[in-house]
Amino acid sequence: MQTLMIPEIGHLALIIALLMALVQGIMPLAGAATRRPLWMAYARPMATGQFLFLAIAYACLTASYLLDDFSVANVANNSNSLLPWYYKASAVWGNHEGSVLLWSLILAGWGFAVSQFSRELPRDMLARVMGVMGLVSLGFLAFVLITSNPFERLLPNVPQDGADLNPLLQDFGLIVHPPMLYMGYVGFSVVFAFAIAALLGGRLDAAWTRWARPWTNIAWAFLTVGIALGSWWAYYELGWGGWWFWDPVENASLLPWLAGTALIHSLAVTEKRGAFKSWTVLLAISTFSLSLMGTFLVRSGVLTSVHAFANDPSRGFFILVLLGITVGLSLLLFALRAPRVSHQVGFSWLSRDALLLINNILLVIMTVTVLLGTVYPLLLDALNLGKISVGPPYFNALFVPLTVVLCLFMGLGPLSRWKHTPARDLFKRSWTAGLAALVIGAVAPLLYRGEWNLKVSLGVVIALWVVLPMARDLWVKSRHADGRMAGLRRLSLSYWGMILGHLGIAVTIIGVTVVSNYAIERNVRMGVGDSAAVAGYTFTMTELASRRGPNYLADTAEIEVRRGDSQRSFTMTPEKRLYLARGMPMTQVALRPGLFRDLYVAMGEDLEDGSWAMRIQHKPFVRWLWLGALLMAAGGVLAVADRRYRRTVTARDPTRDSERAAIAAPREALP
Amino acid sequence: MKRRLLLLLPLIGFLVLGAFLYMGLSINPFDRDSALMAREFPDFELTTLEDPERVVDASLLEGEVTLVNVWGEWCPTCKQEMPQLLDLAEDGVRLVGVDYKDTREKGREFLAEFGNPFEVNIFDPEGSLGFDLGVYGAPETFLVDRDGIIRYHHTGYIRPEDVSETILPEVEKWR
Amino acid sequence: MALIIRLLLCALLLLPVLGQAAVEVRQFDDPVTEQRYRDLTATLRCPKCENQAIDDSESPIATDMRERVYRQLQDGRSDKEILDFMVSRFGDYVLYNPRLEGRTLLLWGLPAGLVLLGALVVVFMVRARRRTSARDLSAEERQRLEALIKRERTE
Repeated sequence: MQTLMIPEIGHLALIIALLMALVQGIMPLAGAATRRPLWMAYARPMATGQFLFLAIAYACLTASYLLDDFSVANVANNSNSLLPWYYKASAVWGNHEGSVLLWSLILAGWGFAVSQFSRELPRDMLARVMGVMGLVSLGFLAFVLITSNPFERLLPNVPQDGADLNPLLQDFGLIVHPPMLYMGYVGFSVVFAFAIAALLGGRLDAAWTRWARPWTNIAWAFLTVGIALGSWWAYYELGWGGWWFWDPVENASLLPWLAGTALIHSLAVTEKRGAFKSWTVLLAISTFSLSLMGTFLVRSGVLTSVHAFANDPSRGFFILVLLGITVGLSLLLFALRAPRVSHQVGFSWLSRDALLLINNILLVIMTVTVLLGTVYPLLLDALNLGKISVGPPYFNALFVPLTVVLCLFMGLGPLSRWKHTPARDLFKRSWTAGLAALVIGAVAPLLYRGEWNLKVSLGVVIALWVVLPMARDLWVKSRHADGRMAGLRRLSLSYWGMILGHLGIAVTIIGVTVVSNYAIERNVRMGVGDSAAVAGYTFTMTELASRRGPNYLADTAEIEVRRGDSQRSFTMTPEKRLYLARGMPMTQVALRPGLFRDLYVAMGEDLEDGSWAMRIQHKPFVRWLWLGALLMAAGGVLAVADRRYRRTVTARDPTRDSERAAIAAPREALP
Repeated sequence: MKRRLLLLLPLIGFLVLGAFLYMGLSINPFDRDSALMAREFPDFELTTLEDPERVVDASLLEGEVTLVNVWGEWCPTCKQEMPQLLDLAEDGVRLVGVDYKDTREKGREFLAEFGNPFEVNIFDPEGSLGFDLGVYGAPETFLVDRDGIIRYHHTGYIRPEDVSETILPEVEKWR
Repeated sequence: MALIIRLLLCALLLLPVLGQAAVEVRQFDDPVTEQRYRDLTATLRCPKCENQAIDDSESPIATDMRERVYRQLQDGRSDKEILDFMVSRFGDYVLYNPRLEGRTLLLWGLPAGLVLLGALVVVFMVRARRRTSARDLSAEERQRLEALIKRERTE
């Protein structure tokens, strides 16, 4: 029996990390307020120490999983000796306690990174930023140690084996989705800390936005990838071919993403033009607040969801208090310290400033709409007005039109200039693209499926409207005496970032439009030798068999698929598994991915007469959904890979010179 | 001044939201009122478990305050709440059972093993009456008054405390 | 309290099985009815599952509901009649598309209201800022600026 000290070491490391977070939270903030360099200097070492000890704690928990130490309650509840090692390692975050530990580790990681990569920040600013991050860490570590300790032991009654990881989670998706998602959620704590630090220090010029931008964009990119991975995982795992259900947990991740998208644009405006300063601060606070609120929604049992973690109201209460203190104090600070008089930066109707203002307003409306729909059932229930449901029909009805409007302005945004764009210029740059978009969009459904479809046309038109004006702009901007390649190379990374980011949205929109309107689904009865025709493909069942996996039994079907009259065929093998430890049946979908279509076969029910009810789906362009997200994420990162963010100043007085450079930045005219 | 108020709006909005989230913590999302509250017991035509020849309909529930309990042999919690139902029968409450999605054999076995507090059991193998009652799991219990109107609904297990705290008082109220 | 909830959930019919596609082979007279079946089963919520539509859940009640929807479609009932049928048995809870009524006015109205408000905000802000433009510093202001910079340098 395992009576190793590993869990105790992990527990101790957690406590030490908490103490370090406490020091990191208090000393630098106090030091900045009282101008004590010694106190401020605590920030870096404490951040490093906290990260180190949390890494130790996390490693201890992972070790307990890998070593099958079932004396640890968390391992006993979520793992099993038959589980493959990579799922044991991922099972660490496949439950509430472990995932909050991961949250804390990632938070400490970001804090450590900020402390390492912020040499050019003024000392007091850095101290405040680290201090705020330390306080947030403190809250989370307190939450872990008080309510969700992963190192609790089951001694002396150690179970023989664990309860196994939920079969639905025994999948590649578990290995990648949560870490990416958390990197995003938690990453927004950095810009949050910067905003609070700016408020605390009274330094509300545009400088903080310049420092915060790279951190924000990278967090946003991670969140984009995390959400896309979640959607992709649900798609191939859950067996119904859907990729978004507006489930509360899904919405919990979308809310900070929407606010984060508004934020990355707002930061750009504030950095470039010094406009919307208070608004950007508020957005920075709100984005992270939405991350925290998402954490609350998912773990408190307040909303019903298939994805929810432990539904424990007492834990929910703790998180709510955490949320209340963090967000409440931040918003109070905002109300008290935000500049009372805003410096009126002038701009006209057709300026980039105005278009980004519209972008922000629309994104905020979308955020509020999703938030409203998500908590509305709760609102009504709390007011004793009954129990209702708000689901996909509501969200789609509102979100889609808002996206269309957003895209209308997105076409113009990249073409516009700061402060003022002559209408004539804007028209000249966009009218051919607009016309092309309308024509191609109108014709697209006819070409693709031979029948006109308004929704499809609309989707294609707006996607093209986002892309074509940019393409033309790229063409014009890359004109160079030394040739096109030289011209392209001359363009800034920020510009490329914007192109990729917006291209990503267009690609996603095409994916959504086509798959929503043209996906085909058929439920058919198939025995060995039977065929079904779907979307020009012929599916023939060639074999039905049983097999045994590492921790499950399975019924498998071999389906031979042929396209049209082609001689070539390929095989798809869906399965229906029964996981032994939990006695839980599960569908393993057979997926044939392609750039322009996915084929999807699932075994439904054993009809007991040698045949099965099978579900066959043809999903055109579904991959574009997630490819678009990848493009967006790449764009986000590229936009801040620009040299000016990586430049470390090495003049005699690094602090002052970098401040001057930061203040001078708004005068740049390049995007 | 106006600006200051504007700046306080986010905080106020958050506090309102927070209040609702707090209230949400004490709400159980599965604790739903039946859609049939204050409405007539749905009409049906089914045989009884005891006698395949005897056909009953909604008039069975008129004339006296009745507690209708939906149960099944497959339902473990129904076994656990039997003692409470037997207590209620002893207290003089009229109980009618609905044997939901069982075979006759299984239903009779269940009653033989765990007791039969029911005056009679409606045999609902297809679950059609259950469906019309909006039953989505067992056990579920309905209080029907003398005129055949559903007045109270209890989803799930009836604890011993529920008997004295809610069910008996409700029965009394509608007697 | 938590124990009660757990007992209650156990008591409810066989655990909803996730990762299961609810697959029945059904015959339809025409593609329109088939699409209506798809749409209806996607918009009706399974009363006992943790947020799934009845087209997605294999729990017995969802299966029963799908069967009813199918039968009623074959009987020629309208979408509204079928939805009302379900609501009268299971409550408004089973509608994923919330009805427009008094208590959902805020739900349906706020987004539209915000769009209007947003438009007004944009209009007012741009109008206010169109007038603002950086004007040149006066001679006196320029002197003050020089003095300030000089002071910064020597600190």
